[in-house]
Amino acid sequence: MAMNIVVCVKQIPDPADPGELDPNTKTLKRDVKLILDEADSYGVEMALQLVDAAGGGEVTLVSMAPDDEVGGIRTALAMGAAKAVLVSDEALVGSDALGTAKVLAKAIERAGDADLVITATESSDGYTGTVPEQVAELLGLPSITFAKSIEVDGNTIKVKRQTEAGYDDVEAPTPAVISVTAGVVEPRYPSFKGIMAAKSKPVDEVTVADLGLDADAVGWAGARQEIVEIATAETREAGTIIEDEGEGYAQIVDFLADLKVI
Amino acid sequence: MQFSDDHEMFRRTVREFVSNEINPHADEWEAAGTFPAHELFSKMGDLGLLGLTYDSEWGGGDADAIYTMILAEELGRSASLGVAMAIGVQTDMATPALNRFGSDELKANYLRPAIEGSMVASIAVSEPDAGSDVAGIRTRAVRDGDEWVINGSKMWITSGTQADWLCLLARTSDEGGYRGMSQMVLPTNTDGFAVSRRLDKLGMRGSDTAELTFTDLRIPVSNTIGVVGRGFQQQMAQFQDERMVAAYQMVGAVELAMERTVAYLNERMAFGAPLIANQYIQYELAEVAAMLDINRHHNWAAAEAASRGEDITRHATVAKLTSARLARQMADLAVQFHGGMGYVEENWPARFYRDTRLWSIGGGADEVMLRTLARMNGIGSD
Ligand SMILES: Cc1cc2nc3c(=O)[nH]c(=O)nc-3n(C[C@H](O)[C@H](O)[C@H](O)COP(=O)(O)OP(=O)(O)OC[C@H]3O[C@@H](n4cnc5c(N)ncnc54)[C@H](O)[C@@H]3O)c2cc1C
Ligand SMILES: Cc1cc2nc3c(=O)[nH]c(=O)nc-3n(C[C@H](O)[C@H](O)[C@H](O)COP(=O)(O)OP(=O)(O)OC[C@H]3O[C@@H](n4cnc5c(N)ncnc54)[C@H](O)[C@@H]3O)c2cc1C
Repeated sequence: MAMNIVVCVKQIPDPADPGELDPNTKTLKRDVKLILDEADSYGVEMALQLVDAAGGGEVTLVSMAPDDEVGGIRTALAMGAAKAVLVSDEALVGSDALGTAKVLAKAIERAGDADLVITATESSDGYTGTVPEQVAELLGLPSITFAKSIEVDGNTIKVKRQTEAGYDDVEAPTPAVISVTAGVVEPRYPSFKGIMAAKSKPVDEVTVADLGLDADAVGWAGARQEIVEIATAETREAGTIIEDEGEGYAQIVDFLADLKVI
Repeated sequence: MQFSDDHEMFRRTVREFVSNEINPHADEWEAAGTFPAHELFSKMGDLGLLGLTYDSEWGGGDADAIYTMILAEELGRSASLGVAMAIGVQTDMATPALNRFGSDELKANYLRPAIEGSMVASIAVSEPDAGSDVAGIRTRAVRDGDEWVINGSKMWITSGTQADWLCLLARTSDEGGYRGMSQMVLPTNTDGFAVSRRLDKLGMRGSDTAELTFTDLRIPVSNTIGVVGRGFQQQMAQFQDERMVAAYQMVGAVELAMERTVAYLNERMAFGAPLIANQYIQYELAEVAAMLDINRHHNWAAAEAASRGEDITRHATVAKLTSARLARQMADLAVQFHGGMGYVEENWPARFYRDTRLWSIGGGADEVMLRTLARMNGIGSD
């Protein structure tokens, strides 16, 4: 049975070189080169494996990003995704998580009949962890979060959903929106041939109007969230170095006792 | 040189491959004196890393030499320069002649599997009595009907204990000197082939190096690569690829050694300040940084010339000579400025020091590069 999967992939500033926050908008400046959010590479890998296991179908990427950015999409196409829908529009500047979800939901519909929509649990830069559930709600689809593995059995999706204690077995009918946790699969590296092939894979570049969305519903105009303040995180205090002159263990025991962990 | 997004993505792929598939095993392989070439190469083959510039008809990537350079630079940043060298043998030392001059049948049977990584290839030129002076080799192949009958021995053969085939250079006539040599594919599962010993080396210990002997070994004459009697010239062309790969790898190696040395010197305190605060140390490292720039840019020029299909003999000669020397200089400084920490096996400088020493000898010694260059420049005569 062929299986078509849409994976939402966010393109973010390279965390190794993250750039800076804009003091006026209090958001991350995104005028640098964007790359595939590593958090989404797990979803891409899972989708590719599911399509392989199904013996047919394809993976379509959906991304919303400024300035027609395709850097991150190209990486996911090189890994093996077949095509992409990219939403890029000046009107999207300032979008909050709900605005983003509205755009993604429309773009997912545009991508065509998906049996499954995969996202990460949270992005590496914004990490509100709220987009996937909002997308599901807007599409009227069931949503399963924190998936560590996904299995498809006919029209049923079986998910091992990570919990603090272990995992729950959860099922939903297809189509559904599933967010996967980071690190649960080993994302493949794009092969040389994959990199070459990615050049000729179609990227459907669309605007807010193309999606039939009202510009007022997205961007600064549509944002219902406001970032009130940004502050530097407290630097961690330096640790205590214990010189062990044979009695070091006693100090460690005292330290743990102070913490009331022993 | 302007790298494209594709180049950058490719670099990330190789860097991740090195950090996931080579570096975690490097200590174990160094201790064992060998590495599992078939296993590692087939993973590389799956990623299309082993035949970048070769024709897609044989599974290659149809890529330009910039990709070769990126692959080699990143391998030069690996924790085992020995494994990096063995990969270089597979991609650019044992296979270029077969790719350039081989028959379709030979390419189907030996080049394609080498690109896929299912076969390991070695280059067999040097002998116990002839290394720098390739014209002095003695291994003979005598024609008997449709077969070559081969007798002789080869020395210093990288991956020799696990190779599936050798790109052999042998004498096929009595003309002497560089005349009358031919290149041929020698499958190692042929009767008369023996690994006489594995060599215990100063460095490059992650890579196995062997002495091989051939006793009345028979292979079809159709295993000849290119033209009978043109082996020396074909091998000279192949040496240029080999030397460039060494030079590309050394740029990556020196770059990483510099980063790591500077990081260490920033942390290490002496006389009330980090060691890096000493101007003497800064300038010694700046000397290397300057030469590294020059080598890197020269490599770019070489890769571009190679992509245009030009003769890169001069580029390869200069690049191999200077990058090998630079790597030795960097290795010496890395050990020196790490002090005792640079002299113990548990830290990287010790291995780096031993490994980098090779490239002023292997692939043509520094003096052989100087000899070539002197001739090209019309300096002196011989
Ligand atoms: C008031 C406000 C203003 C903002 N202004 C800007 C701005 O001007 N420019 C800007 O770039 N950002 C801006 N942001 C941030 C941006 O809108 C958020 O990144 C977005 O809301 C998604 O939230 P998140 O990253 O926390 O998603 P999460 O819910 O943490 O993401 C979970 C997963 O959803 C998917 N996903 C999320 N976003 C995308 C996307 N864009 N494309 C594809 N998949 C996605 C991914 O799979 C992701 O891993 C702003 C945020 C707020 C609250
Ligand atoms: C780890 C390792 C891996 C190798 N892998 C391979 C391989 O896979 N395949 C292969 O065929 N070979 C391989 N070699 C062999 C290598 O190419 C030779 O060692 C090299 O060419 C030098 O030859 P030689 O050792 O016979 O030294 P010699 O030719 O004996 O030279 C000794 C030294 O004499 C000096 N010298 C030489 N010629 C001149 C000159 N004209 N003027 C002044 N000084 C000169 C140089 O300093 C040189 O180092 C490998 C060697 C090593 C150590």
